[in-house]
Amino acid sequence: MKPPEPLHVIKRRREALLRSLVDGVPYIRYLGVQFDRRGDELTAVLPFRDDLIGNPRLPALHGGATAAFLEIAAMIELSWSTLWEGVEADGALPEGPLRLPKTIDFTIDYLRAGLPRDAYARARVNRSGRRYASVHVEAWQDNRARLFAQATGHFLMPPVEPKP
Amino acid sequence: MSDIAAIARQFIRALPHSHALGMQLVAIGEGTATIAMPYDDRLIGDPETGVIHGGAVSALMDTACGAAVMSHPQAGFSTATLDLRIDYMRPATPGQTIRTRAECHHVTRSVAFVRAVATDDDDSRPVAMATGAFTVERKA
Repeated sequence: MKPPEPLHVIKRRREALLRSLVDGVPYIRYLGVQFDRRGDELTAVLPFRDDLIGNPRLPALHGGATAAFLEIAAMIELSWSTLWEGVEADGALPEGPLRLPKTIDFTIDYLRAGLPRDAYARARVNRSGRRYASVHVEAWQDNRARLFAQATGHFLMPPVEPKP
Repeated sequence: MSDIAAIARQFIRALPHSHALGMQLVAIGEGTATIAMPYDDRLIGDPETGVIHGGAVSALMDTACGAAVMSHPQAGFSTATLDLRIDYMRPATPGQTIRTRAECHHVTRSVAFVRAVATDDDDSRPVAMATGAFTVERKA
């Protein structure tokens, strides 16, 4: 019988997968979006910054910043959940350059003004086929039950390359 | 002419996030607005190709639609997005400015219905299109 993997090996592998999805994308770095991981559950975090404001009189987060945050959360969740099983089974990250899904369309519902403080988002993949996927994402600030925005998007999956 | 340029600068400065993304107001009419976003390495979504992230295009769409609402004679000084749908037709060519023209196609006392088209240097093939509903703030 195979001995169970040491915890630090599992954690290092899962962190490495997350880093491989997030760290290479300049726009994610620019917006400052971070990902909090608990097992396979990801929470996207958008730390507040003054230049995320759209309406300084309220003040409120820019609808565009909210849209971008939700799209990043949806796309990373989709890539993460697609790769998770293979990486856990193989015990290693996929080889070759990272191929992210492409957004086909994205629809954002603005439920209330985004406040000038940190925002959180969690995405759920409702359908993931070989070519297309549908992802729903919810965002909140102080209170998980009071969403300030939600979105649904369709994505084109990257072609699966046959294993050598 | 310089007055218009000053107003255009002032308009974007009043929107910190749009200003941070380098957006420029190109044209504004009664219920229409054109906003440009020059290519910038910070906005890259795919490091393999250098294509701009969809999220940055969404921010440009939202800004242009909001500007179109605010420029409408029946709307007013302020607006908020109720919903926005963006269709991504093709990747914008790396290195090129993305321009979005937004237009209010119907405005009621409460809601403005807006459409927008984004293009790069090849304006015969849209990069993205958007449809949105925005709030209309009644003038006091």
